[in-house]
Amino acid sequence: MTPRRRRLVLVLGILAGVGLASALALRAFQQNVTFYFDPSRIAAGEVRPGESFRLGGLVQQHSLVRTPGTLNVQFVVTDLKHSVTVRYAKVLPDLFREGAGVVAHGHLDDQGVFIADEVLAKHDANYMPPPVARSLQQAAASTGPADPAAAADGAH
Amino acid sequence: MAWVWFHRFGSPPYFYRLAKRLTPWVAWPAALLCVAGLIEGLGFTPPDYRQGDGWRILLFHVPMAFLSMETYIVMAVSAAIGLIWRMRVANAVAASCATLGASFTVVTLGTGMLWGKPMWGTYWAWDPRLTSELLLLFLYLGYMGLRSGFDDISRADRASAVLAIVGLVDIPIIHYSVDWWNSLHQGSTLIGTGGIAVPSMWVPVLMMIAGFELYFIALLLLRTRGEILRRERNASWVAQELGEAPPDSAPSGPPLAHPAAQRV
Repeated sequence: MTPRRRRLVLVLGILAGVGLASALALRAFQQNVTFYFDPSRIAAGEVRPGESFRLGGLVQQHSLVRTPGTLNVQFVVTDLKHSVTVRYAKVLPDLFREGAGVVAHGHLDDQGVFIADEVLAKHDANYMPPPVARSLQQAAASTGPADPAAAADGAH
Repeated sequence: MAWVWFHRFGSPPYFYRLAKRLTPWVAWPAALLCVAGLIEGLGFTPPDYRQGDGWRILLFHVPMAFLSMETYIVMAVSAAIGLIWRMRVANAVAASCATLGASFTVVTLGTGMLWGKPMWGTYWAWDPRLTSELLLLFLYLGYMGLRSGFDDISRADRASAVLAIVGLVDIPIIHYSVDWWNSLHQGSTLIGTGGIAVPSMWVPVLMMIAGFELYFIALLLLRTRGEILRRERNASWVAQELGEAPPDSAPSGPPLAHPAAQRV
């Protein structure tokens, strides 16, 4: 084996070894490297009451209730199978919308209501100008959903 | 012999002159594309239906994120070539990549934070995509730090090459993090489902990507030339290239000669 060949094998060996080690580590982490839990996993009892965690899912249509005169809001986060009611008392981010994704950090109280101390809005990686969103909404208006966001999302 | 081009490419004077000739052909299109993409993207492209004008931050964020990963791949591959074939030009390319890549990563993280605050509601979240991109910055900084720990340039090349190759594993993790795990960060803007709906929005993004891509190549050519000069400073072709007398004939010794020679 020439020195050059030995170095080539060494480099390939490092790549293979590190790749394999990371693949195994990532497989082991698969369950734990989760930025948020969805309502189904909460329904399955994966989170203990009082424990702080992140809840992720879609804001259910027509579920947003604001308390007049305060910042207090209540809405329902759903993954279309299960849902969790969320209460929050701070300013909601710009992208927060019914039908769009959110990630909230907080804990469950005794009644199973999620008390959020931070609500982040997820972006769905769809980009379009307002007129396109409007025409998608009009096109979808005859078929059912009246919400522009849902109509626009439905187009993808 | 099929490998002649490879060996010629690996000759520092040949590469130096080639890079010098190529630079303007890359730098000017880069400048034109970036300026045109900016005018198009900031002046004529419609706002997003939800993000408003804030989406225009992505005109920088997306190309920089692309480049932060691409630069690392270029760095690790050239470092590996330099390690295996002892190719001096490849080592110079790898050494030139680190600062560029670290800068692209800083801009990626910075523009992402500026976008994240109004849109997500936070500057930073320990999300898999964000965390693995931060790790990339540390890999670049580690690479630069490791290199600076050696006085001998060829030792620095060999040690840092191993670090660069090991760190390569972070690249697929960054890329696939949004598919593998629940993350706050959205999926890919240009590849896969969803994405940009209308040409008037993706045209400026593609112009910026192409422009910054060429900008990276131009900077890499420039920096590699500097790196080659530094490494070959005692070679006669360098003196010739810079229009100076060859080091041997200089009466008081070369200005950048071995440190021992300068100590009288």
